[in-house]
Amino acid sequence: MSNAPAIVAAQEPIRRTPVALLELMRGHRRVMASFVLVALLFLVAILSPVISPHDPLGVSPDNSYLPPLTPGHVLGTDELGRDLLSRILWGSRVSLPVAFVAVAVGLFGGGLIGLVSGYAGGIADLLLMRLVDALLAFPGLILAIAVVAALGPGLRNAMIAIGIVAVPVYARLVRAVVLQLKQMEFIVATRSLGATPLRLVLRHLIPNLLNPIIVQVSLSAGFAILAEATLSFLGLGAQLPTPDWGQMINSGASFLNNDPWLAIVPGAAISITVYSFNLLGDSLRDALDPRLRS
Amino acid sequence: MAFAHLLEVDDIHSHLTVKDGTVSAVNGVSFTVDAGETLGIVGESGSGKSMTALSIMRLLPRSGSIVRGKVTFKGRVLTELSEEEMESIRGTEIAMIFQDPMTSLNPVYRTGWQVGEPLRIHRHVDTRTSIKAAVDLFKKVGIPDASKRVGEFPHMFSGGMRQRAMIAMGLSTSPSLLIADEPTTALDVTIQAQILELLRTLNRDYGTATILITHNLGVVAGMCDRVIVMYAGRVVEQGRTEDVFARPEHPYTWSLLRSIPRLDADEHEPLKPIDGSPPDMIRLPTGCKFTPRCPFAIARCAKEEPELLAVRDQLSRCWVTQGGVTLDGADLG
Amino acid sequence: MTAYVLRRLLLMLPVAFLVTVGVFLLIHLSPGDPALIILGEDRSPQAIAQIHQELGLDKPLYVQYVIWLGHIGHGDWGRSITTHQPVATAITERLPATFELGLTALLWSLLVAIPLGTIAAVRRGSVADQVATGITVAGVSIPNFFIGIVLIFLLSVSLRMFPFGGYVPFLQDPLESLRHVALPAIALGTAGAAINMRFTRSSMIEVLNHDYIRTARAKGASWRRVVFVHALKNALIPVVTIIGLQIGGIIEGAVVTETVFTWPGVGRLAVESIFNRDYTVVQGIVLLAAFSYMVANLLVDLAYAWLDPRISYA
Ligand SMILES: Nc1ncnc2c1ncn2[C@@H]1O[C@H](COP(=O)(O)OP(=O)(O)O)[C@@H](O)[C@H]1O
Ligand code: SF4
Ligand SMILES: [Mg+2]
Repeated sequence: MSNAPAIVAAQEPIRRTPVALLELMRGHRRVMASFVLVALLFLVAILSPVISPHDPLGVSPDNSYLPPLTPGHVLGTDELGRDLLSRILWGSRVSLPVAFVAVAVGLFGGGLIGLVSGYAGGIADLLLMRLVDALLAFPGLILAIAVVAALGPGLRNAMIAIGIVAVPVYARLVRAVVLQLKQMEFIVATRSLGATPLRLVLRHLIPNLLNPIIVQVSLSAGFAILAEATLSFLGLGAQLPTPDWGQMINSGASFLNNDPWLAIVPGAAISITVYSFNLLGDSLRDALDPRLRS
Repeated sequence: MAFAHLLEVDDIHSHLTVKDGTVSAVNGVSFTVDAGETLGIVGESGSGKSMTALSIMRLLPRSGSIVRGKVTFKGRVLTELSEEEMESIRGTEIAMIFQDPMTSLNPVYRTGWQVGEPLRIHRHVDTRTSIKAAVDLFKKVGIPDASKRVGEFPHMFSGGMRQRAMIAMGLSTSPSLLIADEPTTALDVTIQAQILELLRTLNRDYGTATILITHNLGVVAGMCDRVIVMYAGRVVEQGRTEDVFARPEHPYTWSLLRSIPRLDADEHEPLKPIDGSPPDMIRLPTGCKFTPRCPFAIARCAKEEPELLAVRDQLSRCWVTQGGVTLDGADLG
Repeated sequence: MTAYVLRRLLLMLPVAFLVTVGVFLLIHLSPGDPALIILGEDRSPQAIAQIHQELGLDKPLYVQYVIWLGHIGHGDWGRSITTHQPVATAITERLPATFELGLTALLWSLLVAIPLGTIAAVRRGSVADQVATGITVAGVSIPNFFIGIVLIFLLSVSLRMFPFGGYVPFLQDPLESLRHVALPAIALGTAGAAINMRFTRSSMIEVLNHDYIRTARAKGASWRRVVFVHALKNALIPVVTIIGLQIGGIIEGAVVTETVFTWPGVGRLAVESIFNRDYTVVQGIVLLAAFSYMVANLLVDLAYAWLDPRISYA
């Protein structure tokens, strides 16, 4: 479940502007396609209050178990007569923000550890890296479950747990880039002139990190959505009646005999979402990593 | 069975697809090799020597293919054989050893296992017999402590010993033709001499015909009956070694020979680069490919490409020598 | 070799220490007082204080840690707060089911991944390769509990080919056992198959570009022999790494799949225990998961050294 850090060789400071990114998408069809998919998902999440045909929580016992393609209920209704399409659309408003927060937790927590570790070196580096090793000693989902067990089930704690799982990847990634920067001539040179290189490192850190971070963020967003769905499926994440995809699969699984779509539709929603992010990360890595270019 | 020649390479053209186009790595190469003879192929790096050898073996890289021409070996047209038929020739009739002994052996198998493998593939002997044979082969190629070393992995061998193991592997099935592609380039000078001496002995004792690819003219002088000089995927000169060395009939050969201070100075002195840079194989000039670097070039050279034709005792691809001019450099200073 | 093993073990010590501290703190960070869970309705301050004393909760934290670690070291993993069964027993009772599921899933993933990865590598760039690459990204994107549910629906509910859930110990009835483990194992192994296939493919592509492959071809070895004898052994060296890690991660994978298939293994025990707030059991399972993962990491490194003759143990 862990993603190896995708370190993109950066010999000299590089700057990627949004224009360069557009350029990149033009050259790589897979990047373009997955980017469009991800953008669509965000659009759905933003617009779901407007485009949802029904209230996702609106119970209507007379309309329960309607099959997909019923007029008025394109994806059918669940055991309480709630419109499945509306619940799926609103579900994106759970998954995407959770992924966003979890990745932010991992990025900032891990980024800080990596920066301090790489910049300070010595004993601080040694201790922080053992801490990262210890986090990596836990299988990802077990760590998330342990954290949720400690903090108690719920969406907020699930976000924190998933974020903590993502910390080591970013810590190692940032540390590697900082170490690389410290080796670079222009930074070594300014140090010999007596200047403190922290500002310099920071200034060059962002552009050098941009490529690997973009790749890693896409991949860990996919992981975060998957992990959130898993925790919610287990009952450790989103609680009833939140329209959450993992939660919906959990309750839908009880009706597999007669109404399989209640589990299959949210399962497809998760799969498509995670696939889009993974495809984006994967294609970006291929496009950005010069060593993989053929 | 009697054939005119052991190996006959007839007008081979091999292309490689690369990122920005097609490389015509071998362009109309023809030559013959007779039983027991040693033929040298010389030329700068990138001139198509390896691709010529790999075309004969039909082992071009994935991106490459033979687009035209014919290779005949003992009367069989190799270029028309099925892959399976070709496999029954590789490693039995024709063996090949490569430039870099450090990477040419499989790191996870013991050397004896690898050296005996041709016997298992082609003679269907069992592993024990093949490794016993490998011990004998190791002795033949001068690897000391043979019965112990067959059990060692390649990383425990020095470069020279690995090349000996490669040669042992090539000889395991007593092939009629051995193609050695720069067998000594990656080795120290003293080791180079030993390996060449070994190849010479084997050629003499077993009568194995050898194609020796090198970019070292000294090696050719010491080892080869005949020599082919390649430039930009073409044969530009061909002849008996002493004729070519005594009186080159192509300006490229002439430049190569002039760049060695004294022929017998040091057999293992690598080829000194001649003036100018090797041609861009994707955008070759029209006319004679050597024109931009040729001290003898005339107006016609840049427009029309010469054929490989007889000039006195050898073959040359040059307008000037074909026109009767001799290259003796006196007038060039 | 011994020196190498010792050095690796030594490097593991600080990490193992941090892991135990983390797992230990788990119980103390968790909301709710274990005494309250144990006592239920009767919550007199005296009763609570007595339980605290019994559990050693009145001592300073570091003392508690040392005592706890001593017990763990002696195989005393505490007792379940809810069932009062020893935690070690509760876990070992459930381990065979988890191992059967995990190992079958791994076997299935390798059976799919190694041939497909090899084919994709040999025919790289072909349509088959592109389809395979697309499937691998999909394979890691579909939640395995969802794969489980789809399999249940298709093969168990609709086609009635496989029974739903119900663990039969392998030694008791091997055939029945396999029939029951098939669905959960496929569900669990699919993501692994995708990862392993991708790994096999890229490793194989790298190996096929090596000079020694050309040497093997020059000997007259057929493509099949080159791929399966000369290349595969080299290509599988890095694959062994992730296989080892997957064995170490069996408990992790089991959590979700066991819940879907109501499989009586350690993973389901973990989830049940979280809901029952049975923190001693959760703690035990987390500790076991972390340690098996760490040991797997170690064994993988050792296997690497053993498989690749170029790596020295020094
Ligand atoms: N694997 C390859 N892929 C693409 N082009 C190649 C490859 N190997 C060699 N070439 C090109 O083919 C031409 C001939 O190469 P080669 O036969 O290896 O030269 P030589 O052996 O004389 O040094 C060169 O221009 C080289 O750039
Ligand atoms: S043809 Fe002209 S350019 Fe070519 S080698 Fe002869 S003289 Fe030189
Ligand atoms: Mg070559």
